[in-house]
Amino acid sequence: MDKSLPDLAAAVAGIEDGMSVMIGGFGGSGAPIELIHALIGRFLATGHPRDLTVVNNNSGNGHVGLAAMIEHGMVAKLICSFPRSADPVVFTEQYLAGRIALELVPQGTLAERIRAGGAGIPAFYTPTSYGTDLAAGKPVAEFEGRHYVQERWLKADYALVKAETGDRLGNLTYRMAARNFGPLMCMAARKAIVQVARIVDPGGIDPEAVVTPGIFVQGVVEVADPAQEEALNRAGAAYPGAAA
Amino acid sequence: MTSPLTTNQIAWRAAQDIEDGAYVNLGIGLPVRVAQFQPPGREAIFHSENGILGFGAAPAPGDEDWDLINASKKSVTLKPGTAFFDHADSFAMVRGGHLDVAILGAYQVAENGDLANWSTGPRGVPAVGGAMDLVHGARRVAVITDHLTRKGEPKLVHRCTFPLTGLGCINRVYTSHAVVDIEDGRFVLREKLADLSLEALQAITGARLHIPGPVGELTAPEV
Repeated sequence: MDKSLPDLAAAVAGIEDGMSVMIGGFGGSGAPIELIHALIGRFLATGHPRDLTVVNNNSGNGHVGLAAMIEHGMVAKLICSFPRSADPVVFTEQYLAGRIALELVPQGTLAERIRAGGAGIPAFYTPTSYGTDLAAGKPVAEFEGRHYVQERWLKADYALVKAETGDRLGNLTYRMAARNFGPLMCMAARKAIVQVARIVDPGGIDPEAVVTPGIFVQGVVEVADPAQEEALNRAGAAYPGAAA
Repeated sequence: MTSPLTTNQIAWRAAQDIEDGAYVNLGIGLPVRVAQFQPPGREAIFHSENGILGFGAAPAPGDEDWDLINASKKSVTLKPGTAFFDHADSFAMVRGGHLDVAILGAYQVAENGDLANWSTGPRGVPAVGGAMDLVHGARRVAVITDHLTRKGEPKLVHRCTFPLTGLGCINRVYTSHAVVDIEDGRFVLREKLADLSLEALQAITGARLHIPGPVGELTAPEV
């Protein structure tokens, strides 16, 4: 078995119009910039994929990564907890103009919905959001004298994730707080595509250190020196080309 | 008359109530300042929603590692004993009742313990982050805030008029003018500025302050 992919274009080739795509990262940490840019590159060359539903904690920052995807009009709906950032102009303008739909989900509920999707649990109860506008229309139940809101699993066609080291079987380690949603999204997507700084042969990762077991991963692609969203934005970058 | 506490002094006052070894989550904005005012000899372990337990202060400019940020997306540093984990584990720590203290900001806090801190209404882009999770789980959930809005309206109110973050979730409020506990659906005054009269404090508070015991003097050093 060898899950390594030859290049970024091959890694994103299966994503089609209307699909749901989970994108890892919390702000810029863990954002798979190169995979996202490869997807944008395909869209600019072919007009596809479009009308995507994207799951991410945020809504992108500046004019690179997820923000650039939104800016180019590839995203029909965003499911996220905090669509604000230091430079939020891209999402804000499209949202206020009615060009992108938003499903706002509390951050812990978002994480648990993704985990549940990957774990085969169709629904669960959480205290989060009980009695608030974000619980409107959801079933409520009482357990041990407290009220809880029923939330449903979240699954996706694809996950695009950034990890640190991957072996050819898809076992992964992450780097510091860039882990965040990565392990959950790998579980919840039909196909999890992961960019790693280094691909190693099986045995190259200590089994005690594996964070995401390879069963949750369908493809790994090596990006040796990955870009950091924060660094790109501080340099005023835009994808593709210079900021407008 | 005694000046109201500055925002740093409010954060300082809140920090005095955090025990050595407590697991603490500090909300984005003003609450993160609490970390810098821990009393000597006490060290809390700070939790960040994005998967860090036990991080340290900001690095020197130029030393940032953008894989090592806190929930405010600001660069932090490693300390001996730091742990990383994924988002599901992070919110298991929150909802599962494993945190000792959470400190949040507020638009309004009501005498019944309700908190409004995520939205001021339907305009603009809504964003909630982890606030609705954090109010459920920590053993003590406190708010730090100015006593009044910029327009001079009370932030301690009878019932919240802004969209709620959580119901009956707040235990204590640290403001620029007072320390107030919430017990049995009532505001209970614990501390106030020394020469601020009860009448004057009540006049800028949106619900009745109850005084079942002694009221301490709210003071803080210049910080």
